[in-house]
Amino acid sequence: MSAYVELSRLTKSYPTPKGEAVIVRDFDLKIEKGEFVSLIGHSGCGKSTVLSMLAGLNEISGGGIILAGRELAGAGPDRGVVFQSPSLLPWMTAYENVMLGVEQVFFSATKLERQEIAEYYLTVVGLGEAMRKKPAELSQGMRQRVGIARAFALKPKMLLLDEPFGMLDSLTRYELQQVLIELWRKNKITALMVTHDVDEALFLSDRIVCMTDGPAAEVGEIIDVKIPRPRERKAVLEHPDYYPLRERLIEFLEVRAHRKPVPPRAAPPAIKSDSPPPSPVVSHSSS
Amino acid sequence: MAYLELQNVSKSFGAAPVLQDLNLSVEKGEFVAIVGFSGAGKTTLISLIAGLLKPSHGTLSLNDLEITAPGPDRGVVFQNYSLLPWLSVYENILLAVEAVNPNWTSTKRKEHVERYVGMVNLTPARDKRPGELSGGMRQRVSVARALAMDPQILLLDEPLSALDALTRATLQDEISRIWSEDKKTVVMITNDPDEGIYLADRIVPLTAGPAATLGPSFAIGIPRPRDRKAINHDARFKQLRREVVEFMLASKAERRVSVTRKLILPDIEPEDLNRPRGVTGRSIAPLRKGEVKEESVEVKS
Repeated sequence: MSAYVELSRLTKSYPTPKGEAVIVRDFDLKIEKGEFVSLIGHSGCGKSTVLSMLAGLNEISGGGIILAGRELAGAGPDRGVVFQSPSLLPWMTAYENVMLGVEQVFFSATKLERQEIAEYYLTVVGLGEAMRKKPAELSQGMRQRVGIARAFALKPKMLLLDEPFGMLDSLTRYELQQVLIELWRKNKITALMVTHDVDEALFLSDRIVCMTDGPAAEVGEIIDVKIPRPRERKAVLEHPDYYPLRERLIEFLEVRAHRKPVPPRAAPPAIKSDSPPPSPVVSHSSS
Repeated sequence: MAYLELQNVSKSFGAAPVLQDLNLSVEKGEFVAIVGFSGAGKTTLISLIAGLLKPSHGTLSLNDLEITAPGPDRGVVFQNYSLLPWLSVYENILLAVEAVNPNWTSTKRKEHVERYVGMVNLTPARDKRPGELSGGMRQRVSVARALAMDPQILLLDEPLSALDALTRATLQDEISRIWSEDKKTVVMITNDPDEGIYLADRIVPLTAGPAATLGPSFAIGIPRPRDRKAINHDARFKQLRREVVEFMLASKAERRVSVTRKLILPDIEPEDLNRPRGVTGRSIAPLRKGEVKEESVEVKS
């Protein structure tokens, strides 16, 4: 049986004058329905590239992605994205920004229903009083709340979060993680988050996928977070698993992420595993 | 009386109270971290200590002298570095040294500046201008400039907030090393509880604004030198982390007025936009899964 989301042999490369620059090579990942998975790794390891391919914002060079039994092609409202910068339209109010997508995917619903949806999500993220304000009148943290409301309001099959709180200070970040986890608990949307914040990954995820340094990053380790839900900050920080897991993640990022698991391949990988490895001497003599 | 003393300090801009009734005593040689939310008035507080702003009420004193204006006894490191872009690393620091010690010979000034350039590991970049330096290097210049004035107290206003995590860690280690060599009195403002616990002797939380005030101190008591990795195993570190974060989040929650509002969320499914619209035989209403859900939500404003 296949998983709800399946990334198989996902590859991204860009052509350069010196040949192909491989950013992500043969990335495999399966996510169950309702699971919250984090991708953690250093800047430039390709974790955002994986996410943007899932979002359909970046072309796939090789491999494929299946979401709910269908192969992905291009971007769509079945995947809600929360970007690092909130990416709101500055001439629209918070409400109008959320409404923009709601009108698209709920076009057959009544006008009142659409309004109720937008108002509901804006209120639960804490913008009940500020939804008629434009982005310039909102603080960075409030803008990111709009971004979260906008993603959830579309009732997407999957939620994609690209370092959603990376631009916020640590305390505001803690607050918004709480907002996110509560909304997620009510909706149970399958989620993939890219982050380099160890505490954030532990607080939110069911599973943390650690990536080694790029280029051609690979999955280094997968950590299951078995801290019971619903999660409260205090209880999570006191959970006996928390600090051991945190140390494991930090250790990974500080030491093992930089280490290449295998010596760099001299030749491109053989297409079939049973074919003999290409050797320059052999190919010379055979020609 | 303590070395740096704030007594009932309040500051408001117009009718808006920013800081209210701040009391703080910092001993000589102590490293105090003030942790607060953005917008809580942290920079206002450091500007008051620096003498760049005057309090609306209350008094501030350093070494028994009231603070009324900026002076070279207080070295400030700003978040945005504030370097002169047309001067090199060396010249930026020299400018401060010349202003504070006009009577020194040029050789003595030169040696002094060179020493501080070396202290922050910028000797290879001494003749570069700020535009040619990374954010982390610029902040090092700013730290060296403040230290080279040999102030009685060093004020750090979120010195590392604009830097990425790795550079941040490196500079934290550097600040820690310089502080242990120099034992200056330091007041550092930060929004990162971890940074405060790692560097300081004591954490003082600044509650969420408006009208922010200082909460109870958390003495850190983790022996120095502190090791970034080993500290993760430290029971005291874990406890402090939990307590400080909790205090900060609670202070914000208290500020909010909670109102319970009834909200309606229609339980309908989004349309598949890939399907062509207007196909005959298709209903024009969305798939309604169930009853309309009414939910009471606590709204905090």
